[in-house]
Amino acid sequence: MQNNNKSERLAEPYEVEEKSAQKGVTEEEPNKLIKQIAQEKYKYGFTTDVHTEVIERGLNEDTVRLISAKKNEPEWLLEFRLKAFRYWQTMEMPTWAHLTIPEIDYQAISYYADPTVKKKGPKSMDEVDPELIKTFDKLGIPLEERMALSGVAVDAVMDSISVKTTFKETLMEKGIIFCSISEAVREHPDLVKKYLGSVVPYRDNFFAALNSAVFSDGSFVYIPKGTRCPMELSTYFRINAANTGQFERTLIVADDDSYVSYLEGCTAPMRDENQLHAAIVEIVVLDRAEVKYSTVQNWYPGDAEGKGGVYNFVTKRGHCRGVDSKLSWTQVETGSAITWKYPSCILGGDNSQAEFYSVAVTNNYQQADTGTKMIHIGKNTSSTIISKGISAGKSQNSYRGLVRVAEKADNARNYSQCDSLLLGSQCGAHTFPYMDIHNETAIVEHEATTSKISEDQLFYCNQRGIPTEDAIGLIVNGYAKEVLNKLPMEFAVEAQKLLAVSLEGSVG
Amino acid sequence: MLEIKDLHADINGKEILKGINLSVKAGEVHAIMGPNGSGKSTLSNVLVGHPSYEVTKGTVTFEGKDLLTMSPEDRSHEGLFLSFQYPVEIPGVSMVNFMRTAVNEQRKYKGLPALSASEFLKLMREKRAVVELDTKLANRSVNEGFSGGEKKRNEIFQMAMLEPKLSILDETDSGLDIDALRIVAEGVNKLKTPETSVLVITHYQRLLDYIKPDVVHVLYNGRIVKTAGPELALELEEKGYDWIKKELED
Repeated sequence: MQNNNKSERLAEPYEVEEKSAQKGVTEEEPNKLIKQIAQEKYKYGFTTDVHTEVIERGLNEDTVRLISAKKNEPEWLLEFRLKAFRYWQTMEMPTWAHLTIPEIDYQAISYYADPTVKKKGPKSMDEVDPELIKTFDKLGIPLEERMALSGVAVDAVMDSISVKTTFKETLMEKGIIFCSISEAVREHPDLVKKYLGSVVPYRDNFFAALNSAVFSDGSFVYIPKGTRCPMELSTYFRINAANTGQFERTLIVADDDSYVSYLEGCTAPMRDENQLHAAIVEIVVLDRAEVKYSTVQNWYPGDAEGKGGVYNFVTKRGHCRGVDSKLSWTQVETGSAITWKYPSCILGGDNSQAEFYSVAVTNNYQQADTGTKMIHIGKNTSSTIISKGISAGKSQNSYRGLVRVAEKADNARNYSQCDSLLLGSQCGAHTFPYMDIHNETAIVEHEATTSKISEDQLFYCNQRGIPTEDAIGLIVNGYAKEVLNKLPMEFAVEAQKLLAVSLEGSVG
Repeated sequence: MLEIKDLHADINGKEILKGINLSVKAGEVHAIMGPNGSGKSTLSNVLVGHPSYEVTKGTVTFEGKDLLTMSPEDRSHEGLFLSFQYPVEIPGVSMVNFMRTAVNEQRKYKGLPALSASEFLKLMREKRAVVELDTKLANRSVNEGFSGGEKKRNEIFQMAMLEPKLSILDETDSGLDIDALRIVAEGVNKLKTPETSVLVITHYQRLLDYIKPDVVHVLYNGRIVKTAGPELALELEEKGYDWIKKELED
């Protein structure tokens, strides 16, 4: 039951649709189970009761000015925001994705929520509200350095504010800058000014323009020339306040001959209302530098009936600007009601390499339209795309990818593999690979498979004493192994568990 | 060990088992023979709790416990094993990982601690020898790309790992050449103890040349219509099933 599809230089996008189950899985029974489990298994769904300063709902130029003022930003940044805002007002929300997006009232959202209330970021642990420390403890992200996961520095962001960044001083000794973007604007304005918006310009797309106008915290990383970052850097994003949007902005610059591995994680409380999250991540990779960027995205996905959940509209892009540079994206996407996300690479430098490894899981009523763009510009560039979609419940899961080879990109090489795994009979899996090849020397390959976890496989496991939920976990982790192996070791185990939990109750 | 009383079962509303009575004691080997469509595979599937079948009447007790109310995995934990007629392939799941999960689930059920990686691998090496299963196969995904004979050997290997009290061999001889048949049957015999029982479901006498039954039953049209000693299997081999059908009609 596997379709193998191998084609070279496919001109037209095509769609693999049609996922019907022949086996009689009764729908009522699993639904009961799904309901229970979907409710109890999102263990990050709690809220933190902390005094939070939330600005009035609505979005206009004054809102943009207010956010900028609250952050004490320099004039050039306010100008950047205003230009973006004005441009955003001329735009309409994109509709090309394979998503059903309910109308979003941008005036009903608050664009800034500060749970620390203090004007400046706290300087020591004593100054941080203990509730916030507790929250991150509960999420498994201890913010006290002595308790932290060894070898991982964390920037913890709640709502619009970076609460705390660990190991900042230790890293500084090597010249590595790891701090919130707000702090970077204050402390390292030249670097920020040089690179902000250089990979994702505010005119890039609707959500990029929105983010550029109202972005709040996110992380800033600068790895100096010839430096190998001695620890994993990681940012943990948490939405807490109700009716607010989160608009994080992350900028990573790896200077010549440097290396960094970076990981982001995200969670949000269970709320009946949908919450908007529109982020931008920009990565600049200079000569012979290497960046590994991993994401474990676990925003609240909504309940079993599709109520609530985070709308996740994210623009992530890296620019391999230097020769022999390398960028690797790894993502495990299990959360969010709607995911719209295409971590991409511009392979500008000669001999640059890029990778995209993705596992996207959708269950219940979740929708995901995710993939990548590989833009080959330099000579002898190569890219690899491995995408594993897993759909269950009534969810829709799409892979959308573009491979473009520019005229002068001699000897470009791309290999794409897009696999879909279906659980149950009411979900959809779709593949939209686009190829745009302008150089004859390019070698571009695309492979796709679709498979289904069958009742027979599950029963076989049951007969050997393995309960259905564990059987699904085994099969799904086997299927996603290639991608999970790319995660930093500390997180691979967590991600494995997360996959199993996200799919619990998805087969009757 | 196993006590089946007046068992009736349906698939898709069609009655296949129409009142099965069967009693298997510890240490016994029973053969169930019968023509195609008589309900042999249904019986084995019902015993292990396959969800496609519905029991409409009757009782099954296993070691004094009501089997029919147990989940399929608990039936396994209690010591019931089915060697499938068509073992399914599970791509991406290594045999090692699969077996380790199965063994440790059983241990959890019995209140025993999970085996460490080295203890488990040692056990695996030991049991692999029972059916001469290649190391190569043990490192592959479950049944993926296995030949028909390798799949059946793998079934008996799993039986060795799980040490069931009652093993049901559903047409284990089908698709096996004579050498594979011997290896599989010898494997079953090596695992046999005075405390364990085997239910052999087969069309043919040839498997029973190796695995000697104490009792032979003929299943026909959803009922056990004849029960006798091992000589019955030989008689069936020689004369086919028509004479039994005829006997029933008279």
